[in-house]
Amino acid sequence: MSELEAAFADEPALIPYVVAGDPGIEETKEYVRALVRGGADVIELGLPFSEPIADGPTIQNAIQRALSGGMTPDDYLELVSGLDVDVPVVCMTYYNLIYQYGGREAQRASERSSGGTPRDEEGVEAFVSAAADAGVSGLIVPDLPVEESGPLRLACDEYGLDLVFIIAPTTTDRRKRRITEQASGFVYVQARMGTTGAQADVSGDTHDSLARLAESDLPKAVGFGVSAGEHAREIVSAGADGVVVGSALVDIVASGENVAERLESKAAELKSGAREGEQEIPEPERTSN
Amino acid sequence: MSDTNDMNGASGMNETKFGEYGGQYVPEVLMPAIEELQSAYERYVLENEDGFMDEFRRHLRDFGGRPTPLQRADALSERYDREVYLKREDLLHGGAHKLNNALGQVLLAKYMGKERIVAETGAGQHGTATAMAASYLDIDCEVFMGRTDINRQRPNVFRMRTHDAEVNPVDVGSGTLKEAINETMRDWATNVEDTHYVIGSVVGPHPFPKMVRDFQSVISEEAREQIRKKAGRLPDSVVACAGGGSNTMGAFHNFVDDAEPRSANRSSGHGPRDDESVSLFAVEAGGSGLTIDEDEGVAPHSASLSSGQDGVLHGARTKLLQSGDGQILESHSVSAGLDYSGVGPELAHLVETGRVTPVNVGDDAALEAFHRLSKLEGIIPALESSHAVAYLERAAQRAADGSSGHDQRDEADELGDLVIVNVSGRGDKDLDTVIEESAKRGIDAAPSMEVFE
Ligand SMILES: Cc1ncc(COP(=O)(O)O)c(C=O)c1O
Repeated sequence: MSELEAAFADEPALIPYVVAGDPGIEETKEYVRALVRGGADVIELGLPFSEPIADGPTIQNAIQRALSGGMTPDDYLELVSGLDVDVPVVCMTYYNLIYQYGGREAQRASERSSGGTPRDEEGVEAFVSAAADAGVSGLIVPDLPVEESGPLRLACDEYGLDLVFIIAPTTTDRRKRRITEQASGFVYVQARMGTTGAQADVSGDTHDSLARLAESDLPKAVGFGVSAGEHAREIVSAGADGVVVGSALVDIVASGENVAERLESKAAELKSGAREGEQEIPEPERTSN
Repeated sequence: MSDTNDMNGASGMNETKFGEYGGQYVPEVLMPAIEELQSAYERYVLENEDGFMDEFRRHLRDFGGRPTPLQRADALSERYDREVYLKREDLLHGGAHKLNNALGQVLLAKYMGKERIVAETGAGQHGTATAMAASYLDIDCEVFMGRTDINRQRPNVFRMRTHDAEVNPVDVGSGTLKEAINETMRDWATNVEDTHYVIGSVVGPHPFPKMVRDFQSVISEEAREQIRKKAGRLPDSVVACAGGGSNTMGAFHNFVDDAEPRSANRSSGHGPRDDESVSLFAVEAGGSGLTIDEDEGVAPHSASLSSGQDGVLHGARTKLLQSGDGQILESHSVSAGLDYSGVGPELAHLVETGRVTPVNVGDDAALEAFHRLSKLEGIIPALESSHAVAYLERAAQRAADGSSGHDQRDEADELGDLVIVNVSGRGDKDLDTVIEESAKRGIDAAPSMEVFE
C-alpha cells in the first residue's frame, strides 16, 4: 500500500489544498503545519501555473499571488523537502510545468544528439525524479486526461509516485474503467461541473459518482466546492473515503487575518464533519474498503 | 501519408496528433464532449452525413458571399517586379476569413443538438463572425473577450452586441486572447452538456485544429483553382499571417502537398525551381523585437513558430512563448488578432518538418504595409493581414540589399515570380489603432489627419 492509500486506511481522510508560495514560502510552511494540527491526513500543495484552466477565480487569484511572489518549480520542491510534517504531500499542477522541467537542458542535449525536439519523457522524468527526491508522494494534473498520461504514468511507476486521476460528473462508464485502471493513490471525484470554487451545498452529482465508483478498490476523495464540516459529513456518509478542500481554505489565506489559526480550526471542523459522516454509514459497508 | 487522405475517411482518422504536436490535454470533465465532437466531426464533416457539408457550402455561398476573388494586385506587382495576387478574404461577409470557421462550427453545434454556443475572441473578428452565424442560424451566443482587446477593438464589440450576443469581459492577466480562451474553456467545462465551444483558430484539443482547418481550407481550394485559371500554373509561394494560424492553414492546406521540404543547405545551392513546388510563408508578429523579458514574463512579440519552445497550452502540444520554467509569457503585437503566445499544432509540425517557413514582421513594418495597400491598391487590410503584405516589402528590401550576403538574396528569391498573399480581413476595425499608432511612431506612409483640425 502506498503512503497515499495508507492515509485513508483508518478513518476518512481530510485533504486540504493550498497554493505553494501564496503569499510566500515561509507562510506556506506555517499554513501546512496548521492544517496538519487541525487534522489533515494528506496535503495537496498547488504548484502554480500561469494558465490554470481547471480553477475558478479564488484559486486563480492565489496562483497569481504566488507567481508574483516569484514561486518556481525549484522553489516548490525545496519547500516540500523542508516541510517537517508526517503526512504525505500530493503535488497539484498543470502539465506544461512537468513537461518543461529541466526543459532547457533536455532541449540542448537532444539538439546535440539527434537534432530533434525533446521528447515528452525527458522533462517528465526529470520532474518526477526531482519530486520523488523532495518527498512528494503523488501528482494530480488536471489537464492531463488518461489519453495523454502514458509518459507520466511510466515515470511515476519508476520513481514510486502515485498518479491521481479525476472522475468528473460527465465521465462515462467506459472512461471510468480506463481511468481507474491507470489511477493510483486515490481517485479524485469531481463533485460538480465546472471549475474549483467554494459552494454552499453538496451536488447531486457527487452521490451519483460515488455510487458508480462503489466497486473500485482505490480510496475515493471528493473535491470541488467542499467548504464546511457539514459537507464533509454528507460526502463521507454517501460513501467517500475522503474530502478535498481548496477554495474555502484559500479564501482564509487571502484574507491575511489570523490565517494559521483559522486554517487549523477550519481543518478541525472539516475533519470532525468527516468523522460524523463515517458514523452514519451502516456497519458492513464501513469495513468494505 | 497526406491529410487529404485522412479526410477521405481512410486510415489515421483517430490520429489526434500531427507528428509530435497536438493531442488532447484537457480536464476530464471536457473529455466526453471532446469525444462527442470527434464523432460529430467524423460523421458530418468528413463523411457529409445528413448532407452537412452541402448545407455548409450553401451557407458559405449564399450568406457568406463565397467564392472570394483572387485579384491581381497591379501596383504591387509592378513595385516588386513579380506577379502578386491577393486572396480577398476581406470581402467575405463580416470582413474576415473567420466566418468560414464560425459558420461551420455553429452549424455543427446545431446538428449536434446543442442549445448554446460560447466563443473567445481577440481582435473581435471571430466573435463577430460567430455572433453573425448564431443570429443567422438562430442559437444563443456568448463571447469572452479580454479587457485590453475590448478597448482596442470597440467597433467589433458593438457589432457583437448588435447581433444580440453577450460579450463577457475578461479582466485577468493582460486581458488578451490567451485569457479569453482560458475563460471560455472554464465556461465550457461548466455547461458542456448543452453548449458547444466555437474555438476561433486551428488551436485547442483534437479535433479542433483539424476541423477548423477543414472549414478554412476553402480558401486554398478556391485559390488553387483561381490561380491555375489566371496564371496557368501553381504559385511559387503563398504568404499568410499567423496568429493561431487559421487563415494560414486555410490558405496553405491545398498547397501543402505541393511544398517541397527545404533541406538545411538548400539556400547555398539554389537550383532551378521545380515548377510545381509551392513555398509556404507564415508571417508572425515580430512586435517591437524578439528579445524576451523573463522576469516580467513578457515577450514583446507573438512569434511562437519562429522562437517558441515546445510545450502544452489550451489542450494541445505546440510551440509556445514560455519561460524556462514553463510559465506562459504575455505576447505583444499591435495587431490584436496575432497577439497570442501559442500557435496551431499543425503549423508547428509543418515548420518542424520544413514544409512551412516561419518569418516575422514587426509593428512598424505592418503599419507601413497597412498604409501602402490602402494607397496603392485601394484596399484597407486588417492589421493582421498587413503583416503578410509587409513581408513582400521585407523580401524586396532583402533582394535590394542582396549584395551583402548570399543568404539574404536567397530568402528574397524564395518568394518566386508568382506570389499569393492572403488578405485575411479588412481593416475598418483597426482604423482607430492605426491612426493613433502611426502618429505615435511617426510612420512615414501615414496620411495626415489635419483635416480634423
Ligand atoms: C483578419 C484577421 N486575420 C488573421 C487573424 C489571426 O488569426 P489566425 O491566425 O487564426 O488566422 C485574425 C484574428 O482575429 C483576423 O481577424
